[in-house]
Amino acid sequence: MAADTQNLAIFRGLLKFKSNQQKIWGVLIFLSIVTTVEVALGIIKPEVLMTSFLRMKLLNWIFIILTIVKAYYIAWDFMHVRDEKSGLKNAIVLPLIILIPYLAFILLLEADYIFEVMRNGFVAWNF
Amino acid sequence: MEASANASVEESSVWGGGNRPLNASYGKLMMWFFIVSDALTFSGFLVSYGFSRFKNIDSWPIADEVFTHFPFLHGIDAPMYYVALMTFILIFSSVTMVLAVDAGHHMQKAKVTFYMLLTIIGGAIFVGSQAWEWKNFIKGEYGALETKGGQILQFVDMQTGKRAAIQEFALPVATERTNHESSNGIWYVDEKSLTTVSVDEVKKGFLADEQLTIRTQKLNEKGQKTVLSREEALAKLDEAVGVVEGANLYHNEYGNPLFADFFFFITGFHGFHVFSGVVINVIIFFNVIIGTYERRGHYEMVEKVGLYWHFVDLVWVFVFTFFYLV
Repeated sequence: MAADTQNLAIFRGLLKFKSNQQKIWGVLIFLSIVTTVEVALGIIKPEVLMTSFLRMKLLNWIFIILTIVKAYYIAWDFMHVRDEKSGLKNAIVLPLIILIPYLAFILLLEADYIFEVMRNGFVAWNF
Repeated sequence: MEASANASVEESSVWGGGNRPLNASYGKLMMWFFIVSDALTFSGFLVSYGFSRFKNIDSWPIADEVFTHFPFLHGIDAPMYYVALMTFILIFSSVTMVLAVDAGHHMQKAKVTFYMLLTIIGGAIFVGSQAWEWKNFIKGEYGALETKGGQILQFVDMQTGKRAAIQEFALPVATERTNHESSNGIWYVDEKSLTTVSVDEVKKGFLADEQLTIRTQKLNEKGQKTVLSREEALAKLDEAVGVVEGANLYHNEYGNPLFADFFFFITGFHGFHVFSGVVINVIIFFNVIIGTYERRGHYEMVEKVGLYWHFVDLVWVFVFTFFYLV
């Protein structure tokens, strides 16, 4: 990445920075806000968000989505993926976003099945 | 713009690797290779944590009750505040790292040095904080009994609803049981130090105090631990076979031992990454000071190390979510 080819806009061009340094501080403020929201939600645990959605608490979905948002900005702005060629971007991101959800899906589904077997099966495991 | 790059490369040099579609140096590409594979390693760990958690979804320890300490605030229940602080420290050291990379682009040696130093300090504070977290986790707080089936029984005061520490309500029982040392018995048999109170002492103290009851590992519909009635607790007490104080790889006073295993393994593996990141940063820091990159004409090495450092931060964001928040 050459110094003069930096993309200085975040939020799809909504926010443009004058220099790379300003962008770094801007991203820090954004990441801090997201982390603060996460921690505040984790401490308050609002009753509204404790309802189940797609077999998981709504609050947990919010945590996971906010985490991915944070990961995106760390990778895109701190690790300068935003300024890389699309070939390199895809080479980095595609294996991860294909393999990780797949692994999570098969293992969590299996774990849920084992949970049911242990709960309803005839073998006592809690003796 | 990106697609037309190939056309300008001479036909003869293509087979020899003449075109550079990714426009990145060898070192940076290798760092990305490493990061992608390491990201898959970490996701393997975190997903297996998820596997164990979903397998024991109705009895998994509640993180808010496990990590409640904050330095200098002894005895105050402060769930998550300290890990949140650790997260901010790591994000901030990521920012100083990216500022160092930026200063490197402009060949400002003094600034690179300063920001690298701040990054190293941030990393060191983080590793120290993690060690402190481990210490609290290993030491434990209230203690618990373990049943024959490996279930954890914790104690609650029925009046206040607060947890009761076994070391406080246990009553002494005369016993000849002492710590077995290899010098006093079979020389090849050794024993870990005994717990501060024995099962019988806890049982005696429990029977004497009518206010106490037992909390089991099972979670109720609200996601809280099930509190037994006094009668149920008295029946349950007979199943206890051992005292657990703190956590190790075999026993865990907070609940399922798997929770402790994964905590040690995943935060340990991440802490090892942070530690090696600090070591690499120190090496680069001294290289910057002695002017290696000034002579080389570019500070790309700072960016490569920076990639690793940001990756460590990135992993922590996920560890934080899956261990402490979810």
